[in-house]
This record gives sequence, C-alpha cells and structure tokens, in this order.
Amino acid sequence: MSSSILFKSGRVIDPANARDAVGDILVVDGKVADTGFPVPADAELVDCKGLVIAPGLVDLHVHFREPGQSAKETIASGSRAAAAGGFTTVVCMPNTNPSVDSASVVAWIQEKAKAEACVNVLTTGALTKGIAGEELAPIGALKKAGVVALTDDGRCIQNHELMRRALEYAKMFGLTVMDHCQDYGLVGKGVMHEGYWSTVLGLAGWPAAGEELIVQRNATLAELTGTPIHCQHLSAGGSVRILREARSRGIPLSGEVCPHHIALTDASIQGYNTNFKMNPPLRSEEHVDALLEGIADGTITVLASDHAPHCGFEKEVEFDQAPFGILGLETELGLFLDILVHKKKVIDLPRLIELYTVNPARLLGLDCGTLSPGASGDITLIDPSLEWTVDREASFSLSRNTPFHGWELKGRAVRTVVGGKTVWSH
Amino acid sequence: MSNTEFIPDNLPNWTRKDLVGLQSLSEDELNILLHTTTAFKTVGTRHIKKVPALRGKTLVNFFVEPSTRTRVSFELAAARLSADVINMSASASSLTKGETLKDTAKNLEALHADMIVLRHSSAGAAQFLAERLEASVVNAGDGAHEHPTQALLDAFTIRERKGRIAGLHVAIVGDIHFSRVARSNIFALTKLGAKVTLVGPSTLVPRELERLGVSITHDLDSVLPELDVINLLRVQHERQSRSYFPSLGEYTAFFGLTKARAAKLRDDCLIMHPGPINRGVEIDSDVADSARSVILDQVTNGLAVRMAVLYLCNAARFGEVV
Repeated sequence: MSSSILFKSGRVIDPANARDAVGDILVVDGKVADTGFPVPADAELVDCKGLVIAPGLVDLHVHFREPGQSAKETIASGSRAAAAGGFTTVVCMPNTNPSVDSASVVAWIQEKAKAEACVNVLTTGALTKGIAGEELAPIGALKKAGVVALTDDGRCIQNHELMRRALEYAKMFGLTVMDHCQDYGLVGKGVMHEGYWSTVLGLAGWPAAGEELIVQRNATLAELTGTPIHCQHLSAGGSVRILREARSRGIPLSGEVCPHHIALTDASIQGYNTNFKMNPPLRSEEHVDALLEGIADGTITVLASDHAPHCGFEKEVEFDQAPFGILGLETELGLFLDILVHKKKVIDLPRLIELYTVNPARLLGLDCGTLSPGASGDITLIDPSLEWTVDREASFSLSRNTPFHGWELKGRAVRTVVGGKTVWSH
Repeated sequence: MSNTEFIPDNLPNWTRKDLVGLQSLSEDELNILLHTTTAFKTVGTRHIKKVPALRGKTLVNFFVEPSTRTRVSFELAAARLSADVINMSASASSLTKGETLKDTAKNLEALHADMIVLRHSSAGAAQFLAERLEASVVNAGDGAHEHPTQALLDAFTIRERKGRIAGLHVAIVGDIHFSRVARSNIFALTKLGAKVTLVGPSTLVPRELERLGVSITHDLDSVLPELDVINLLRVQHERQSRSYFPSLGEYTAFFGLTKARAAKLRDDCLIMHPGPINRGVEIDSDVADSARSVILDQVTNGLAVRMAVLYLCNAARFGEVV
C-alpha cells in the first residue's frame, strides 16, 4: 500500500532546478515523483493556490542543547520549533555537554533524533577536543559516525597553526569547516558592538574588527589548504568585503547571515534587555547595510538562525552576566521574507529560497534542498503575504528568549512536510 | 502646585520613584534635584541634623562592589531623613552563593524595604532592579555606566560656587572610558548648558562621545587657561584589566594636574575630584589642598544631594510625607 500526497496548483520554486512556475508536486512513498507520474486515486490533495511550494528549508546553525542542557531545549522540542518555522532539516552545533567530540555522542544524538525529532536533525562535530581549541578532535571517527561538518561554534580556534592543521586534516574527509569568527584578544569581555551605544551604556565593546580579522585569517587559510570554510553568523561590514574579495578569487570561503543582524541594531540595547544580547552582537546601521549588500550581490550564500535557547532565569540577570543567544527557528523565515523580500526588496523570493535550500545543502553535501524527482519528500509550503504576529508564548521551543515578541511580519511557512508526512501546519 | 515644598512653582513635579541615571532626565528635573539639594543642605548646619521625611521607611544600602565614601554618604543621608538603614555588601550577601541579583532584591522587598541604593559592577544593574521592584531604586554607580548622585553633587558644587552652570567651560580629565562619573557629568552638564571638554589619553577617551555635544582633546595644557572648572578623575587601576597607558609616571607627565599646570589655571577656576584621590598621580598633593580645590565641599554637598534624591524618589512613590 503506497501513500501519496499531491501539492496542487502552487508556485513551485526549486532553485536547484531553476524552476519557478505554477504547478503540482507529487510525493509518493516519501519521495518526489517524476513529472508525469500518474496521480494515485487515493492521493491526499493539498490545494496550494496562492502558496509557494518550496523544497524543505535547511538551517545550518541551530543549538538543540542535548546532551546536557535539556532545560533550554531538547532535540524533540527544537525539532518542533524547526517544523513550525518551515524547516525540514537542521544542523546542530556541537557545543553541548559533553560536546560532540566523540563518535558516541554523535550516535546518541542520532538515536535521539530518530526516536523523537519530527524533522531531519543532523549534527556537526567539534574541531577540537572539548571545543577547547587546543588539540584536534577525532575528526575521522566523527566523520565515520556521520557528522556533516566540523566547527567549534561558540568558540574560535585562536592558534592559526592549529586551525591550519585542522583544515588540512578535515580535507582528507571532505568535510567543510564552519567557523565562529572571533578574535579573543580584540573582543576581550565585550558584550555588545563597540561603538556609540556601548560607550554611552558603559558596556564592554565587541569591535567589528574582532570578527573581520578572523574572517581574513580564514580567507588566507582556505586559500592555503583548499578546505572550504564557512564563516558563521557574519555581523560586520568588513567581513562581507573580505568574503567578497576572497570569493572573487575562487577561494572556498562562504558566509551566512542571521535575521537579527539585519533586523536590529545595537541601539536596541538601550534598555539593557538581554534578549538583544547575542554573539556576535547586534551592530550599527552601516554594518547592517553591508550585510544587506552582501546578500543582494551573492556574497552571502546561506541564511541561518543561530537558534540559541536559554532559560528565562538565565537571561533575567545583569546584561554583562547574561548568556549570549536568542531563539530563531520560528521567526527567521518571517523576518527575512518581511525585510529582504517585502520591505527592503534586497532579493526576490526565489533567491531567498535558494539561500535556504540548495545553497546550504550543496555547501555540506546534504541530500536535500531540492524537488528533483527521487529527492526526499521534504517540502515547505509558504504563504509569502500572510500577515502574522510573533507570539513567544506560542513557541514550540522550551525557551522564550526572543527579541521579536509582538513583531508583525508578512510571510511565513504554513505547512512543513518531511518525507511526505506533514509534521506541522498553520 | 508642586508635590514637595522645595520645588519652585516654575518647575514641574518630580515623578520618578527611581534615579538610575541622568541621561533620561530633563533640564527641569535636574533643576528640581538641585533646588531640593539647597533646601537639604541647611539641615546639615542645624543643631539638630535630622528631619522626619523618611521616618518609618527602610532603606537598604546594597553594595555589590566595594565602596566606602558613597555608602557612608548614603547611609548618613538616610539617617538624617530618619530612615532605618541596613547595609549589605557583596561579600556578606547571597550573591556569592549563586543567588541572582533579582532574587536577592526580591528578598529585600519581601522584608518591606522601601528604597534600595545599589552599587554594582554591571552597567544597567540599577535599571534592571528598578524595572522589577516596587521599591525605589537609587543608582550609586553601575559599572562604567552612570553615577548620578556624584554628577549631581558636582553640578551643585559648581553652581554654589559660580552662581550658574550655563556658559561655563568644564574639563573632565582622565579615564573617561571606564568612568561612570564622567558619563553622568557629561549628561548633566551639557543639559545645564556648560561647555564640556574631555581630556585624557586617546585610549581612554572614546571619540563616540563627541555625539553628546562635548569636545575632546589630548593636550591638557592647551585648555587650562580657559577653564572655569577642572574635574580630575581617579586613575582606576582596578578597572583596567589591560594596559591603556604605559605607566602612572607617563600619565602624570601628560595629564596630571601638577603645580606647573595649576599655575596656568585662572584664579577662580574650581579644582574638583570625585575621590578617592591618588596624590601625585592625577593631582599634585599641594594642589589638592589648595584654595581653589573644592574637593571637600563636594563631599559635604554629596550628603545634601543624596538626601534630596531619597526624599524626592520617596515622595514620588508615596506622596509628600514631610
């Protein structure tokens, strides 16, 4: 007995196949069917008039906190938040407790995901043991266990020689290295963008140069080693310029941007609200403009959330004592649609979907992000003009740390389908 | 009609239960504070140095960062207003046992504390508490952010000596970057119409502050002859985790108010310092004790300013109780 579902008369946007036309997508037994495949009589019909039929969205940067910090988030709750945001595949960061620096932790996450997650939950592995930046993690064993990339996210290898060797070693296994770009010396105890507002508020500054220097380091080492480096959550204008120059010379360097870095500026921190505290920090207008320019001209190839849940009591402390990070999965698509596509017209809808599907999938060699026949039936239905209000109390996350509560946005996912199965609908 | 007997009719009512900083205050509000300070200053010269304004009220001096003079000044101010005062310091408090600032403060409120005077090493800590407590919160210094009562007593001292603030040229010299005193002074003095010049090493004077309407120079000698007031900040070794200038000796050579530099000041230029002073570093020992120095007047006025602040914040919450 086969199961099938027909998504009918939607605007099919599949950037991997340069497809953008009204049409149908048929999923049979969890896979996208060939065009012309006869629609089974018992197929479930989903009317997609006025909706976009997109490949399931991919978020390369989430923190699901398991193992070790399950009060903040779990693989189960995080995956539900992902589904509600339109994401069918997420890539977890390894800064858990213990960190993902052994095959056994990878296996534990995979089992947990298989049993409890409603979307595809993949994990990265640590670059160094304990994410301590001192000695290499067992990269070969991690690859065998199934990690999809390597990163010390949350931290950044400061020793350039170690970074070089990590890159050379990772290359042997075909793994992309993702880097949280932060120079510890320049950043020090910085908690917000160094500039006018940090000066007035008396908070320690986190200068843009602290990111830009490491992006330049990565450009140099990606060229030297040939290993692809993906610069995570870029926030600074100089980073975009370095990335643009490196890419124009064919260096395998890429970058991602998170919604908060274009939706907000450092001026939001005037009330010392810790839901505006993340790492890297919110920056000033000119940095936001540079990020938008990078998204518009193709320098930035990936959009991601840096979904970073924290308990209410952890965030309800003095600003400089609070942990970095905010929720992202349930608001990111809405924010990017609203800001990039509708309000600022930086990119169009097909480009936005490209940055959320084929680009991240190709970067890590993931088997997703397309509606090609035979692909897994991961589909996101998007209503690009649906107006809605962010309500943190309605979040599927275990945490509530979002600065976007009450925001009115235009556009969102309305149904999320994983392997032909609807896992969430609006 | 004003809500306290000290506010002249041309000024509005004081409506804030908290004083967390001077940045958000209007010129009128600053003037209310200065007027009320004048009234309370006379209390200190009376035979009976006590008024019943805060009788039956409980004030907690909550100091999560070491301080002697500010704590003592608040304690005395509260005592002269007849409040019951409890002193809590970081080492004695639960914060070292892992309790959050919010929980500690909520516990104080559960004991019916009416006012909390907070000194804390984190910028924004006073605002954090003010938003969460019914009690009045008075900022006694939050990180590198603000120290409103210090700037008020500086402004009061200047006005007392000079008769005005508008049009005066005030230099603030030293470590501006880490100084909450500097920030509060900038907010108060620019609102009250003074011309403010910041002087110090380029590593310690953020250029961004020019947006607040102040001038910046690294050449102290060039501004000395035009000053009406020179306010020397303490070189804060404890706040500088890294080195921002080569040595104390080099600091003094370029930014210390030496005897030679003091000679270039006008005869009526006021020499101020928030204390505690490092004799021989930011200020020459004899200059600190000279006739133009008003450093001890600042301390005396600090008491009156803190009485005024406590009185007004309490009145805003409960109505006038004198």
